[in-house]
Amino acid sequence: MAGANLKAALKDGILGAVVAAALALPMLGFRLVDSASALTLATRFDWVAWAAAIVGLGRFALCLLRQAVPADRVPVLPDLGAKFPKARLVAGWAMAGFALALPFLPFADRSLVDKATLVLIYVMLGWGLNIVVGLAGLLDLGFVAFYAVGAYSYALLATKLDLSFWLCLPMAGVFAAGFGILLGFPVLRLRGDYLAIVTLGFGEIIRVILQNWVDFTNGPNGISGIPRPSLFGLVFTANAPEGKTTFADYFNLDFSGDHRVIFLYFVILALALLTNLFTLRIRRLPIGRAWEALREDEIACRSLGLNPTMIKLSAFATGAMFAGFAGSFFATRQGFISPESFTFIESAVILAIVVLGGMGSQIGVVLAALLLVGLPEWFRELQQYRMLAFGGAMVLIMLWKPSGLLSHRAPTIRLGKGATP
Amino acid sequence: MEYFLQQLINGLTLGAIYGLIAIGYTMVYGIIRMINFAHGEIYMLGAFISLIAFLVSTLLGGTSVAFGLLAALVSTMVLTALYGWAVERVAYRPLRNAPKLAPLISAIGMSIVLQNFSQLTQGARVKPLPPLFKGGIELMHGETFSVNLSYLQMTIMALTVALMVVFTWVITRTSLGRAQRATEQDMKMAALLGVNTDRIISATFVMGATLASVAGLMVTLYYGVIDFYIGFLAGIKAFTAAVLGGIGSLPGAMLGGLLIGLIEAFWSGYFSIEYKDVAAFSILVLVLLFRPTGLLGRPEVEKI
Repeated sequence: MAGANLKAALKDGILGAVVAAALALPMLGFRLVDSASALTLATRFDWVAWAAAIVGLGRFALCLLRQAVPADRVPVLPDLGAKFPKARLVAGWAMAGFALALPFLPFADRSLVDKATLVLIYVMLGWGLNIVVGLAGLLDLGFVAFYAVGAYSYALLATKLDLSFWLCLPMAGVFAAGFGILLGFPVLRLRGDYLAIVTLGFGEIIRVILQNWVDFTNGPNGISGIPRPSLFGLVFTANAPEGKTTFADYFNLDFSGDHRVIFLYFVILALALLTNLFTLRIRRLPIGRAWEALREDEIACRSLGLNPTMIKLSAFATGAMFAGFAGSFFATRQGFISPESFTFIESAVILAIVVLGGMGSQIGVVLAALLLVGLPEWFRELQQYRMLAFGGAMVLIMLWKPSGLLSHRAPTIRLGKGATP
Repeated sequence: MEYFLQQLINGLTLGAIYGLIAIGYTMVYGIIRMINFAHGEIYMLGAFISLIAFLVSTLLGGTSVAFGLLAALVSTMVLTALYGWAVERVAYRPLRNAPKLAPLISAIGMSIVLQNFSQLTQGARVKPLPPLFKGGIELMHGETFSVNLSYLQMTIMALTVALMVVFTWVITRTSLGRAQRATEQDMKMAALLGVNTDRIISATFVMGATLASVAGLMVTLYYGVIDFYIGFLAGIKAFTAAVLGGIGSLPGAMLGGLLIGLIEAFWSGYFSIEYKDVAAFSILVLVLLFRPTGLLGRPEVEKI
């Protein structure tokens, strides 16, 4: 028995090694070298041997492991959410409290707060997309388009018309929502995958336009010198411009660049929490319930007299609005934007955050954003392997937990006794 | 008129390449209802492998270009097919019964992995290849402009037609093709009747990857430069082509590919080259508005 198992594992391992060797031979075994005269090849067959050995041994070990541990006894994470219904609420409040206190904790330095700001941008985008994908069940592969619209509307309004951040923020949201409606109106009749490709195409169209409409957007060079936000008129610079007071002067503090970083952190935290609160509340409203009902069964919704197009459109526009807010925050934080920041990969990252988090789960989005955006930030030195690991992580997490990290989803509304409001 | 004809030829050549990639998308979508996002990268790998194989054959002393190309064609078909098989085996098969978005995310992850894999192993710079096919026929001689059909364009079109014939034969006449069509119609029923559906799905990925690898070889020859990023744009355009033709329909994929190629060629010929991608996507939106299932797609019957 044991012999047969070992034999099977050995066979599996050898097969894996052979396949790996064949796969590695062209891409790892040879390297294209451009020299002055022509393209030539360099060889590195030792890499092929390494790849084959690693894959072969890996397959062998995996096969033995699978035989030793039957499939039904593979340890899985217990579904904490289902076991302790209050746990999520507590965890949510704990996280919010921690996020509020973060800049004042002893170990928090400028770079940590900066990284946390970046993670929060993605948390906010994730929560925004969650409305579209998680609640309404519409697959949107071009979410970055609305993010770009928000960023460019703030950047253009601020640099050309000299409007303040706080005035532009709602306008950016409105513009992005408008684009959402503009795109959504014709295409929301389409079924899931058609919608996916059209939104993907739309994302690309926006990027191509931003890149080529040089008079308006300054093309690939982007827009620089985007003004920073102020706190009720208090600016975060060392010396106040004419007629303004600096934050440090007003509160009798020594000027420090950290103030602005911390301020920006709190702005995005507030925006993200606003998104979260909005989502939590709207799920209790008729429109939020209609989104979820539509996701579950479109035909049933229609026969109950709901208008699918209007419901989808509202979800699409709402998600886009939050992306617009996040975009204008992104523009003001960076001070510089260019079409490079709004490629398809951003859409993929945001979608991955939503799906990996477990669709519809608000805390899951935070965890996934920490994992996908926060973690790679610590490994900046390994820049070139970062994206490889990122893609690998996406595949592995999906294989490990196909319905997301926190997949348990409590029904918003129940019939009969024990109904939770 | 001469200009028009020239753009037509260029568009058809480009369209043949898109069509070959689109078939991989449409077949996979037809069988397991998933957008195989990594398919564009498979095509990119096909381009790299064919370039490497061609250089290897010249290094080994093959002096004739024809022999080198044949070697490149065969090895890229085999090795890229293996990549297609491996991707399905590793990233998609374990997710067969998972929620609908899981394979999509896994596919996007795989596409990022493959793209960065080839960037890391082959470098980020574009790889140029001097033109191997020179010359062509002058079809029409205008006063200011003459229409050329290069030998390379003829080869591309001939190869595409040949592949389409073989492919149609496989799908309509062989037992593998019959099993594929059965699996596409109803996977569970096909499995009950003794079709090894896992193997059929693998075969589908292998066939798609083979066609994409030929497209990769053609692009290497046609444009003369490749880099690790070509898969993305070609991938979404080919998927657009598949949707345009009606996803799940094989002639539709080819037709969609040709249309996308023609739109691109004419748009860049007559309007602006920067906005050619915008044109392709706008046409897609328009077609979907009036024919939501694509040009040749069957309308999906919703069962309650």
